[in-house]
Amino acid sequence: MDWLTTFPAMNKDTLTALKRGIDDGFRAFTRAWGDPIEAFFEPLRLFLIHSERLLLNSPWPVVLLVVGLLAWLGSRRWSIVIGSVLTLVIIGYFDMWDDTMRTVAMTFVCTVVAIVVGIPVGILMSRSNRVQAVVNPILDVMQTMPSFVYLIPVVMLLGIGRVPGVIAVVIYAIPPVIRLTNLGIRLVDKDVLEAADAFGSSSWQKLKNVQMPLALPTIMAGINQTIMMALAMVVIASMIGVQGLGQPVLRAINNQYFTLGMFNGLAIVGIAIIFDRISQAFGRRLQKHQEVTHG
Amino acid sequence: MAEPQENQFGIEIRGLSKIFGPRATDMAALVAQGISKAELNERHGHVLGLRDINIDMPAGRIQVIMGLSGSGKSTLIRHINRLIDPTVGEILVGGEDVVKMDAGALRTFRRHKTAMVFQKFALLPHRTVLENTVYGLEVQGVPRARQVDEAMRWIARVGLGGFEKHYPNQLSGGMQQRVGLARALTNDAPILLMDEAFSALDPLIRTDMQTVLLDIQKEIRKTIVFITHDLDEALRLGDRIAILRDGEIVQQGTSQDIVLRPADDYVESFVREVNRGKVIEVDAVMTPLAGDGAPGSPQVPVGTTVDEAIGTLVAGTGDSLTITGTDGVPVGAVTLRQLAAALTSAR
Repeated sequence: MDWLTTFPAMNKDTLTALKRGIDDGFRAFTRAWGDPIEAFFEPLRLFLIHSERLLLNSPWPVVLLVVGLLAWLGSRRWSIVIGSVLTLVIIGYFDMWDDTMRTVAMTFVCTVVAIVVGIPVGILMSRSNRVQAVVNPILDVMQTMPSFVYLIPVVMLLGIGRVPGVIAVVIYAIPPVIRLTNLGIRLVDKDVLEAADAFGSSSWQKLKNVQMPLALPTIMAGINQTIMMALAMVVIASMIGVQGLGQPVLRAINNQYFTLGMFNGLAIVGIAIIFDRISQAFGRRLQKHQEVTHG
Repeated sequence: MAEPQENQFGIEIRGLSKIFGPRATDMAALVAQGISKAELNERHGHVLGLRDINIDMPAGRIQVIMGLSGSGKSTLIRHINRLIDPTVGEILVGGEDVVKMDAGALRTFRRHKTAMVFQKFALLPHRTVLENTVYGLEVQGVPRARQVDEAMRWIARVGLGGFEKHYPNQLSGGMQQRVGLARALTNDAPILLMDEAFSALDPLIRTDMQTVLLDIQKEIRKTIVFITHDLDEALRLGDRIAILRDGEIVQQGTSQDIVLRPADDYVESFVREVNRGKVIEVDAVMTPLAGDGAPGSPQVPVGTTVDEAIGTLVAGTGDSLTITGTDGVPVGAVTLRQLAAALTSAR
């Protein structure tokens, strides 16, 4: 009765051959295409490096001022402005300024890439059920596949460094923007769309004047989620050489430095809260026309 | 605005049928053979929306289409600007068949020839009153200054002056529908489609809006297609009325035709609830006159309602009225008895 308790798995030799075949195939692919792909991502690397330099080379009071200003523009609330600036001051006082700036630059670049790629994909999904049926399972894979696993092919293709880091983070963080753009557009009131049609709007006019503005609060919720996930992924991306707050955390894990890990972990939490409060307050302000309701 | 040109855009609907379902075209033949709505649904799983609709809507007049929910009236009005595509039939607007237009021609047609007002207002919630009102012109690509000029004029005309910067959510239902009306009128299209435009409003505001519409129509002379489920509204607004039931037209005519000569029991059952005095005109009940009227009796012109005639009569002392034609010459006489008879539908 042995065959009942042991699953009839594939022949060991066949399986090894299969794995080796795929590995060899992929390796051949990386050898042939590694350079062109790297060249393709060169602008991304420059964007990242410049953002990082900008934040690192600017005097810290200027950075604080800009963060305070952004917080004010986004939220129009003093509590959020003061909270954001104070958090950064504390982070800086505990000598984590440079790492924090690198992480902020990384998160910023990843979020921009996620938005630039994610919103058009979300729009395409909302227009066609077929595209939605294809993209949805891909997003499911991106969200559930352990992030270490897709670090492997990225590193094989592009080596260790910033760009593979950005790609890994974007893969992990992009699904919410795509899903919520799709959802937001699909939830737009059918009556309003019909009115836009009745006045002879082209599909671009409908997208620009009706669908995007009405979906914007939902899309903002997606962007907020994407920022949070990008920040969370930064620690894992430090394994493939992304600099920033993740590196000290990684060192702390390897050497059991409790305090080092805790401080840097809290710094990540701190900037996560800043990003979250500002982007959420901004999202709410976009809906101000919804608030004043006729009695 | 320049003196409105003579409106050339009448609407002719010819043999229009709409069947909902995956094989609608195959079912068209069955419908033409007269299969019943219930049978089509049970045996073939298709829903009959409209069957063989033929209506001539004269240019520059108000055509009301009246029916209860499920009668197909909203489906019918959406065929005129082809928000819904017909299964078979023609829709001729100013002589051009809307059904044959390609996507580009249809968009141009919707931009320049039609404007629409919706039951649920369908305003853009993120835009102010002014920004909503300019929408049609914005889509047409008209210069911004002219968009605003036109919009401001119509916002003032519908009585919303001073509310330009408000958001729809800050306005009551009646005011929101004024925005809907201003948005449609700003488009300056010869055809105005109104889909149960006033049905969501309180009775008093509804009457108010009807007055606004009738006032404006005196100036602009659009071809208005007005959908309603309310016969009183239909009789008040409609130059011509078509009554729709289960996707078929049961009667077409003027308000006098509908009230005085209902085509069947179905129409009759509606008409029974109507305030006849406010609808029936004295010409329908008067005794035609060859010579002069009874000397000294009060005079009222042709087209006076029975209600008004009774008012005139009881204000005086006699018991008959002289009806005068448009040139002021007496054409008939009517007695209190005749007027009272017109008020009752019980015979």
